[in-house]
Amino acid sequence: MKIIVNGAAHDTAATTLAGLLDELGHGQAKIATAVNEAFVPAAMREKQTLTMGDRIEIVAPRQGG
Amino acid sequence: MPIFYETEVNSRLMLGTAQYPSPAILAQAFKRSGAGIATVSVRREAGGERAGQDFWDLIADLGVKLLPNTAGCHSVREAVTTAQMARELFDTPWIKLEVIGHADTLQPDPFGLVEAARILTDDGFQVFPYCTEDLVLCDRLIKAGCRVLMPWGAPIGTGLGLNNVYGLRSLRAHFPDVPLVVDAGLGLPSQAAQAMELGYDAVLLNTAVAKAGDPATMAEGFARALDAGRLAFEADPMEPRDMAAPSTPILGKAFLA
Repeated sequence: MKIIVNGAAHDTAATTLAGLLDELGHGQAKIATAVNEAFVPAAMREKQTLTMGDRIEIVAPRQGG
Repeated sequence: MPIFYETEVNSRLMLGTAQYPSPAILAQAFKRSGAGIATVSVRREAGGERAGQDFWDLIADLGVKLLPNTAGCHSVREAVTTAQMARELFDTPWIKLEVIGHADTLQPDPFGLVEAARILTDDGFQVFPYCTEDLVLCDRLIKAGCRVLMPWGAPIGTGLGLNNVYGLRSLRAHFPDVPLVVDAGLGLPSQAAQAMELGYDAVLLNTAVAKAGDPATMAEGFARALDAGRLAFEADPMEPRDMAAPSTPILGKAFLA
């Protein structure tokens, strides 16, 4: 299934957001997620199913001003 | 010391964490400045990358409170989603809300800012809005639930100081009980001292320290200027006047002409 991850095209076998994060190797990393511009809390990642064309954002802490 | 949303901090300096030459210099700058709050952000991370965890470990060691931002967001939706992701990552209801309205000046979008502030406040956030010194905008932000205001001194990263001293003084006078922070545009400690002399509660800066030749020394310079400016404010400064007035008594001067 073709989706967009952090702005880049990605072909995934995962059916849920949690599955996608495993597939991408995030493991237990300190990240937060959004699907189609809406925040998805960590506790909801298992239930968040993926649909073709979904836009996924995966972010982590960074320097800021 | 300033109180933000019932939390007292031990410094009038809020310091950014971006653009330092190295993590070690960042840590030195925080140590020498005594800053009580660090601003942070969220950015994309690829699988297997450890940048997020490494940065998290670094800031955890600083022992300061964290203020995540929504830097670079140009729409309400984007800012709200970014804030929600930041709350989960940094485990804090505090958010420095930026809704940028102009690409060249990075001026806040006042309309989007008020809308986003209301949405986030209703969602339980404690919003620190990056705003202009416009009185009407600030009034609307307070009505939207903000209990801190963070007007710019000058556009982000310019180092131009306090561009509108009249407007900032006016804001202080109109909102005597709201914590006010000059956020952005400061380049020198003297400008931070000036903000303190106006009665501002704190300043937030990043580039002025991070881009100095010696960031840690500049950080300490800002800390001392904030102390000096605050003392001046508390000491009730003299009124300026146009005419000269001798400070040494005339009476008793020897007649030598």
